[in-house]
Amino acid sequence: MIEILETYWRAFLWTDGNGFSGLAVTMWLLIVSVGIGFFISIPLAVARVSPRRAIAGPVWVFTYVFRGTPLYVQLLLIYSGIYGLESVRAVDFLNAFFRSGFNCTLLAFTLNTCAYTTEMFAGSIKATYYGEIEAARAYGMNTFTLYRRIIIPGALRRALPAYSNEVILMLHATSLAFTATVPDILKVARDANAATYKSFQAFGIAALMYLAITFALIALFRRAEYKWLAYLRPTTA
Amino acid sequence: MFLEGYGLLILKGTWVTLQQALLSLAISFVIGLIGAAGRLSKNRLVSGVATAYTTIIRGIPDLVLMLLIFYSMQLWLNSLTDWLDWEQIDIEPFAAGAATLGFIYGAYYAETFRGAFLAVPKGQIEAAIAYGMTSWQVFRRVLFPQMMRFALPGIANNWQVTLKATALVSIIGLADVIKATQLAGKATYHFFYFTLIAAIIYLLLTTVSNFVLMWLEKRYSVGVRQGAL
Repeated sequence: MIEILETYWRAFLWTDGNGFSGLAVTMWLLIVSVGIGFFISIPLAVARVSPRRAIAGPVWVFTYVFRGTPLYVQLLLIYSGIYGLESVRAVDFLNAFFRSGFNCTLLAFTLNTCAYTTEMFAGSIKATYYGEIEAARAYGMNTFTLYRRIIIPGALRRALPAYSNEVILMLHATSLAFTATVPDILKVARDANAATYKSFQAFGIAALMYLAITFALIALFRRAEYKWLAYLRPTTA
Repeated sequence: MFLEGYGLLILKGTWVTLQQALLSLAISFVIGLIGAAGRLSKNRLVSGVATAYTTIIRGIPDLVLMLLIFYSMQLWLNSLTDWLDWEQIDIEPFAAGAATLGFIYGAYYAETFRGAFLAVPKGQIEAAIAYGMTSWQVFRRVLFPQMMRFALPGIANNWQVTLKATALVSIIGLADVIKATQLAGKATYHFFYFTLIAAIIYLLLTTVSNFVLMWLEKRYSVGVRQGAL
């Protein structure tokens, strides 16, 4: 264990000598995909609860397909599948984008987390108490203001416990990145395993790192829940 | 030709995926019941071990655990066979995958079952004991059927996750639907087409399981009155 740490601690944390690796890459993948996924999923969730089929239908298809297939298949489809198409390689911009395993991984992760988050927020929006909406209407708010001031802030708060679960699952999902040659924590562990044949130690270090990030995320979300869900706590005299 | 001649290979792969998922489900179900019993145990040591198991396993990515267990088991087995002067035994990806997935998702099932056991009203258990039922009878006639009702949404969720997690076992060499489609893709250079086939097969499997789970939910909620909305 000590020898692996002595040789690979830099690679596990931030660099393998050529570029970023390990923890830095894993966190970057997580933050970018969850961040972009969050902002896209809010308008999608609003569309998902629309009474108009033409608006809600396509979003339903998107979430159904992305939640019904494994992320690994989605990654394979985007990484080796799309780049294998002649028509994609013929276009300069697409060729440059899909040639990079990093871009493909980010795209697959973002679409995947976006699908799960959209369903979660849509469920949360649907659970809005009807009285709140009636009161907002009575105040003369139009639909946009109603969503901006009443529905979205409440729905996001109520979705927080489920959302923390999704972020942790996404952290775990980032370990797939090595299959697209992205040097994340697991890729470093695999290199260490291949070089030393100390499988238990090499993967054990990776497992402990993921465990530590998971606990840190749980602590972070607990604080967030304490702050934003304060009004749900029983009041003490 | 059916899927450029790779139809049969892909069908066989799908069958392997399905078997892998069902075997993992069975193992994780049993481990989950034991884990839930452990977490609810009054013995501090037992509940401590069970809590450590569910917390640690759920905190580590399934892929990392799979590689950790698969590679280290092989190395340990090698040193054991060396020591006994036997020939090397190679661990089969199918057995290793099912055991690992079962071990991992057992932790998720344990939490699901624990919550469901706690949701069964205490008075019913007391009533069953008052009728003179043995603890096994209480479990089989009163606790388990009602626990299943509360656990079913969680089980449904876990099953879909396990089914999709079988895709990872191809990374340690299982000849499943992913492996079959990737082989076909490599040979024909139609990666996109064949990976899309894999995606469609998974979508079909999850859709079918959705229907089965809906039917189960109906069955286990017999006798539950619902307020009209």
